[in-house]
Amino acid sequence: MSDRMIKNKKGQVSLGATAFPPNGLSLKAGDILLKLWVSLGIPVAAFSIFIWLWSAGAASVQTSLGTLPGPQAVFAQAGTLWQEHWEEKGKEKEFYFKQREQNAQKLAQDPAYQVKARKYTGKPTYLDQIITSLITVFTGFVIASLVAIPIGILCGLNRIIMIAFNPFIQIFKPVSPLAWLPLVTMIVSAVYTTQNGGIEKCFIISAITVSLCSLWPTLINTAQGVSSIDKDIINVSRVLNLGWFTHVFKIVLPSSLPLIFTGLRISLGVGWMVLIASEMLAQNPGLGKFVWDEFQNGSSNSLARIMVAVLTIGVLGFILDRLMVLLQKTVNFQK
Amino acid sequence: MAFLELNNVSKSYVSGPGGKRLPVLENINLKVEEGEFIAIVGFSGSGKTTLISLIAGLLNPDEGEILLRGQPVLSPGPDRGVVFQNYSLLPWLSVYGNVRLAVGKAFPSWLPRQKDRQTHKFIDLVKLTPAVAKYPRELSGGMRQRVAVARALAMNPQMLLLDEPLSALDALTRATLQDEIEKIWEKERKTVILITNDVDEGILLADRIIPLNPGPSATLGPEFPITLPRPRNRQQLNHDARYKMIRNQIIEYLMDVRGDVAGFRVPEDLVLPDLEPRYVSSDSLKG
Repeated sequence: MSDRMIKNKKGQVSLGATAFPPNGLSLKAGDILLKLWVSLGIPVAAFSIFIWLWSAGAASVQTSLGTLPGPQAVFAQAGTLWQEHWEEKGKEKEFYFKQREQNAQKLAQDPAYQVKARKYTGKPTYLDQIITSLITVFTGFVIASLVAIPIGILCGLNRIIMIAFNPFIQIFKPVSPLAWLPLVTMIVSAVYTTQNGGIEKCFIISAITVSLCSLWPTLINTAQGVSSIDKDIINVSRVLNLGWFTHVFKIVLPSSLPLIFTGLRISLGVGWMVLIASEMLAQNPGLGKFVWDEFQNGSSNSLARIMVAVLTIGVLGFILDRLMVLLQKTVNFQK
Repeated sequence: MAFLELNNVSKSYVSGPGGKRLPVLENINLKVEEGEFIAIVGFSGSGKTTLISLIAGLLNPDEGEILLRGQPVLSPGPDRGVVFQNYSLLPWLSVYGNVRLAVGKAFPSWLPRQKDRQTHKFIDLVKLTPAVAKYPRELSGGMRQRVAVARALAMNPQMLLLDEPLSALDALTRATLQDEIEKIWEKERKTVILITNDVDEGILLADRIIPLNPGPSATLGPEFPITLPRPRNRQQLNHDARYKMIRNQIIEYLMDVRGDVAGFRVPEDLVLPDLEPRYVSSDSLKG
């Protein structure tokens, strides 16, 4: 112990800064319990309090559509939506089965009969709408990435290009999807005129609106990543005398991948958020349209169904973000 | 005409928004013959890296000219392999990938099989075949620097520029790599310019040692030819009178020239103040 003691000027002995070791008692079991409580117990407790507050508070709010639904009502509606999906699928199956049977019958009576195949025209179920939303957001996200990454690379490589693009980035970045949508609608309607089948116009409008709002984080992060490559690595590229394309694809792109993926992750989050608004207005048959239709519908179940949608949007957004984190980890070479 | 010639080369950096010129190198003259091993020794901050960047073509001189086989050096080229102090490997490529990138660039017309063979040959030369698929982050400092050496050599350059390649390594690794560089040089007989701050390293490896006087406006000092027979053995050198003499001469020169430039000398005896550490406790605060 004496080596831990230092004399102060009055000659008194005081303890040094070194801490004592634990007093021999095994703290292991306690440690584990504490960790479990922190990582699992607290979130569960917080969630329980939220549910309780929700069910207590909801009952006291009277809306024009009845009382605000509590957790039980929302849970019940989630079950109903799930059931409706399978009922609808059953109807669809039945429809196609009948159609096939009828066609076979008519063919048997008259071999010259032209077989008619009609599409089932039932309304899309909640699960169909989720899938439409996911496809729309991915389409918008891919378009955004295909535009943002190359422009970001050019901006990062060349200061002049960066200065040229900067005002556009600064001005268009904060624009809301609701402002873009009317413009996009008019332009798509004017340009995309093929009516016979193909891709739905409302899908294109939603996807383009998503990309217009979500390309900025990727663009900015890519430019940042490219312009901040280690000077030594640039020197290696110069010493090896790499050509422009090799330089971009073998040096610039890999070394800025971590930041590009950070940008992509933010972009996907923004895209998912923007998607709901643009689907509402463009009437793309996804989650946004579901919420809007339920709102217009105004049945006693509507509010509970909208709450199901809110929770679905939240959970899916969370899952998308986790997927991007996983992707980001696979490209991160500086572990 | 010498293999490499630097004639009256000067370089200065413009620093800050005020645009003040900071001279780094001034009036550098150097002639290097083919197959020669030159060591340039100097203190840190004396402009060694600037000098090698100029020869590599990463920088262009403000005045004077650099001639390689009579042709002016204006940009980097595959005829000059560079090994940087901090390895500068590409972290997303394996050992193989790093060397292969250089091979692919240096011999674009080769078949993939030939490029592959060349890559493996030089990884083997630096004894890294067992680590061929590893990534730089999985390698020690010494191994990383070997990869950098293999990458530079695999391009089959006419000359090799080593910018303090071993100064970031521990003493043991450093000694091993010095021996290996000598062996490789004996085998390949490339023209080498080694920048170092280690006089012993220079004596062990080089034919000539040229001190770089401390900057700003650094100039080259008088050259010291090293006539010790090769291969040089570290242990034997320690007892060699000529070695001791040349070593003392160079160190003396470097110490002198630093004193001249910096305008200070360390006094013979430094008197350390007689202090006892105080410990701040609540008592001492009250008192």
